[in-house]
Amino acid sequence: MANKVKRGVAVLLVAMSKLIFVFLAFIPLLCTSFSPERPSDRRVLVLLDDFAVKSSHSLFFNSLKSRGFDLHFHLADDPKIALQRYGQYLYDALILFSPTIERFGGSVDAAAILDFVDSGHDLIVAADSNASDLIREIATECGVDFDEDPASMVVDHSGYAVSATEGDHTLIASDDFIKSDVILGSKKIEAPVLFQGIGHSLNPTNSLVLKALSASPSAFSANPKSKLTSPPSLTGSSISLVSVIQARNNARILISGSLSMFSNRFFRSGVQKAGSPTKHEKSGNEQFFTELSKWVFHERGHLKAVHMQHHKVGEANEPAIYRINDDLEFSVEIFEWSGTSWEPYVADDVQVQFYMMSPYVLKTLSTNGKGRYFTSFKVPDVYGVFQFKVEYEKLGYTTLSLSKQIPVRPFRHNEYERFIPAAYPYYGAAFSMMAGFFILTAVHLYSK
Amino acid sequence: MAASDAQNGVFSVRHAFGNVLAFFILLLIGVLAFSIRLFSVIKYESVIHEFDPYFNYRVTQFLTKNGIYDFWNWFDDRTWYPLGRVIGGTVYPGLTLTAGTLWWILNSLNIPLSVETVCVFTAPIFSAFASWATYLLTKEVKGAGAGLTAAILLAMVPSYISRSVAGSYDNEAVAIFALIFTFYLYIKTLNTGSLFYATLNSIAYFYMVCSWGGYTFIINLIPMHVLLCIVTGRYSSRLYIAYAPLVVLGTLLASLVPVVGFNAVMTSEHFASFLVFIVIHVVALVYYIKGILSPKMFKVAVALVVSVGAAVCCAMVAVLIALVASSPTKGWSGRSLSLLDPTYASKYIPIIASVSEHQPPTWPSYFMDINVLAFLVPAGIIACFSPLSDASSFVVLYIVTSVYFSGVMVRLMLVLAPAACILSGIALSQAFDVFTRSIKFQLPRLSDNSQAGEGSSENVVPNDSVKTDKTEDTSKERTSKKSKKKEKEPVEKPLSKSQIKKRLLVLPLETSVIAIILLVLLGAFYVVHSVWAAAEAYSAPSIVLTSHSHDGLHVFDDFREAYAWLSHNTEVDDKVASWWDYGYQTTAMANRTVIVDNNTWNNTHIATVGTAMSSPEKAAWEIFQSLDVKYVLVVFGGLVGYPSDDINKFLWMVRIGGGVFPHIKEPDYLRDGQYRIDSMATPTMLNCLMYKLSYYRFVETDGKAFDRVRRTEIGKKHFKLTHFEEVFTTHHWMVRIYKLKPPKNRIRGKTKKSKSKTSSKTASKRKELKRNPF
Repeated sequence: MANKVKRGVAVLLVAMSKLIFVFLAFIPLLCTSFSPERPSDRRVLVLLDDFAVKSSHSLFFNSLKSRGFDLHFHLADDPKIALQRYGQYLYDALILFSPTIERFGGSVDAAAILDFVDSGHDLIVAADSNASDLIREIATECGVDFDEDPASMVVDHSGYAVSATEGDHTLIASDDFIKSDVILGSKKIEAPVLFQGIGHSLNPTNSLVLKALSASPSAFSANPKSKLTSPPSLTGSSISLVSVIQARNNARILISGSLSMFSNRFFRSGVQKAGSPTKHEKSGNEQFFTELSKWVFHERGHLKAVHMQHHKVGEANEPAIYRINDDLEFSVEIFEWSGTSWEPYVADDVQVQFYMMSPYVLKTLSTNGKGRYFTSFKVPDVYGVFQFKVEYEKLGYTTLSLSKQIPVRPFRHNEYERFIPAAYPYYGAAFSMMAGFFILTAVHLYSK
Repeated sequence: MAASDAQNGVFSVRHAFGNVLAFFILLLIGVLAFSIRLFSVIKYESVIHEFDPYFNYRVTQFLTKNGIYDFWNWFDDRTWYPLGRVIGGTVYPGLTLTAGTLWWILNSLNIPLSVETVCVFTAPIFSAFASWATYLLTKEVKGAGAGLTAAILLAMVPSYISRSVAGSYDNEAVAIFALIFTFYLYIKTLNTGSLFYATLNSIAYFYMVCSWGGYTFIINLIPMHVLLCIVTGRYSSRLYIAYAPLVVLGTLLASLVPVVGFNAVMTSEHFASFLVFIVIHVVALVYYIKGILSPKMFKVAVALVVSVGAAVCCAMVAVLIALVASSPTKGWSGRSLSLLDPTYASKYIPIIASVSEHQPPTWPSYFMDINVLAFLVPAGIIACFSPLSDASSFVVLYIVTSVYFSGVMVRLMLVLAPAACILSGIALSQAFDVFTRSIKFQLPRLSDNSQAGEGSSENVVPNDSVKTDKTEDTSKERTSKKSKKKEKEPVEKPLSKSQIKKRLLVLPLETSVIAIILLVLLGAFYVVHSVWAAAEAYSAPSIVLTSHSHDGLHVFDDFREAYAWLSHNTEVDDKVASWWDYGYQTTAMANRTVIVDNNTWNNTHIATVGTAMSSPEKAAWEIFQSLDVKYVLVVFGGLVGYPSDDINKFLWMVRIGGGVFPHIKEPDYLRDGQYRIDSMATPTMLNCLMYKLSYYRFVETDGKAFDRVRRTEIGKKHFKLTHFEEVFTTHHWMVRIYKLKPPKNRIRGKTKKSKSKTSSKTASKRKELKRNPF
């Protein structure tokens, strides 16, 4: 009896261990992080200051959920939160709706979040006035400098949103969007976007960061509660309200100076910009952030280039080496991720370089509308180790940087012209000289 | 009658015996020449040495794998990235083809040797050939005895050993043989007047052109000798036959070698031969006309021709000067110019001056490289003047020019060595000749009374002279037969004179014996020195280093360790930047693409690397990034005291870099004209890439960062690298490999922490956290 029980337990254990094994085998599949093949981020970690935000910002979260994102809500100081386990990232994207957090719980810190971005994951950060140093540090590392005065807010006495109470004009209505269909969608955002929070500035030489929403020229950044004693450090349209960053590894970051922008209250409220006669029933916030989050989560503007090919005209196989003055054909396929599938990318400004320390050939590729880009050109009359380079950097799109090395050799010894027409006089001279010498010798030797 | 017959018989037996003996002696000399060069294999291992041999080895591998046509057309994309190098057209193919042929023959005989083995042993084999060629050459000049002596001297002359030990697979290995053999065929043609030898001479010259750029020495020395013969009134049809076919055939053949090509007719190095070619024809014409015309008519003709000829010559010279002056380097390559003006290179071409073997030699190096031969050479020159023949005047001319060239460049000591051997061989054999004859002449006189004396002593002496007479007679006969002309008188007259002189040259017995003993001692000293040089001084392969200390022998195999690391841990297409010295080794041993290598054909490219090494980290990173470099390799000897490391070569990098990019200035790296890396060093020096890559983490070794080569503590001990990361350092820190960091993923904003707002565009793009602790 006892034996049987033991055996039963053993069988059960074996079965369980098999199950665990199967489960373990699936873990890598479950944990696939950002992949270039399917760039959509599905598992999103949301860190909050308190759970009230979950309901007060539910419209934004629901729009994400409805697009298939799997949101995991945690308090920012929850000691159990972790971004990665056993070297695998548990999430594909991170939303920091915790502007006041001084220290994250668990193993997460600023460096961990930046590593998360550097390994190709996306990030949304919402700061606010009185944002913590931690949030500021993360923003700074991404190229965004919040106003150094922690209590400051963006004030705009001419572009504020009209409301029942006069207020201190910190609730502003901005409609100065970035002009990019890729980032904000092709549908124009009619209503201004409501903003209430801290402003930030960008280094103009920083090529990776973009102002998605800037303040109006009359705005400035100051503490509304205290009297303005010195000129504000940030003024006018150099103030950015919402910025987006595309890192070199194509990870995308959204940084906003206001958490309340995402809230249901701002999403639903009507808006009338001061001095503007039209009153919009609904602010532009919802459309703005829905479109922006699509961009941040790679549902738009994510390109991939595949099948970079080249071959001699009239041949199909890729050679290991070209000869100078060969005619060649070059092609590459470029697709854009539409959120669900790869669609052909159509543009007329994709160029290829034939490059050796400087581009010897620079040609714009023509496309067949199905994603294939092609051209043909003659290899220059210079030998060396060349590269086919496609460097495609366009606002809002991921950067394409492809290169393929190919050596170009000079003529072989038997590839030159055997007889040069221009040299026939010299051939004639040489041979007539030989004949003449021969005859002269014969005459000299055998005549008396 | 019968007596003379018997004497003839005895003589021919002796003659045959002498020939057999000479044959075996030569065989042994060959064995000696081969085996004295095996110390490197026995003490170390059978590997290719140094730098250039690795390239030759790689080329040979390519040749044996792909065949001669692919070799001829080889475009190598693994060196000089991204320019590449057309190896088939820029390499002297003689050595490679020789070793490739050897390998092919051995393999078709089913002797499966690896290419490397064949390459390692090519040089010793050819040094045996070279000693045989020396024998032939000296025999043509002064007879078989001198030939054997010269051959044995050459077999172990240290200068030649230094370039031809097993593993030293360089052009010189076969080129010295080709050089001597070409000279031999020239002298042979000169002595015989045979068109057959003249043709062979052209072919030997072709082989020399294939093998080494030093062929220009031949094509200038032989015209000089021809001119000398003409000026001293020694013109003969033999001279014409020796010279004219060589110029015509030789130039045609030389231009077939891709690397020479049109240079064979277009550069100034070859002009002398063409000029003398014209002169010899004019002289031939004059002699011909002299033969036809009566003396009076001849005088008139001379006056006429000289006046017209002078005018034409002036015109020609003017045209020539104009042509030469129109070319920027005046038609001379940098290396040749530095031969004529020893200060030229150090003044204008740092890349030539930076090579240690292009420096003028010091006096001790003469003693080291040719040893006692230096003292025997003058005696040999004197011996060549009694009597002065065409052949011996050539040898004198050879030694005089090569002494000059060796004084300009250490490397050309190699050309001097055969000449010194030949003349010393002549001197020694003549001295032995005189002394032994004196002994022979006097020994019978001592025991005179008991024996018949007179007759035998009479017999002995003439025998000797008859022997020399005989050989010279036969050669003379051959000459006269072939050329069918009359100049017997000039040859005969000095002969009879020398015969008389020889009879008179009899020294006292004791003097002779003592002199012979001293000469043997001298020779023994030479042998001891040569064996020591072969075993100790010249057998180190330089890729493996050893050092003896109180606790035994240390082996430093860091170079191969580093190259093996590169070949196992990096991508096939990764580019490795290092100073050009290590380019050949990196391509051959690690099989990685290099930016510059020991074939210093593109000064700008080398200057770019030099500039990167002398720039601060960020600028260097940009330069390397623009060249697609992934790894940077530096050689550092500070830990083990290896003196020829990159820090010691660094000033050359600065000079070469500054020669093209003027923002690199040598004084910035020197403190009061002194090169130092201690705390007195200039900030530019302490911040340049080479300093940082060499001394990164060096302080962790002993806590003080004491550099054993410079014998000082370094100036800046604790620092971090911002744009490079250390990926590999060998066991003794001799080779350090760094990887370029990729550009930062994000660009950092400006905050309170960063002190300076990065204003310049590039600076902010490089988005570095300004983490410089200094």
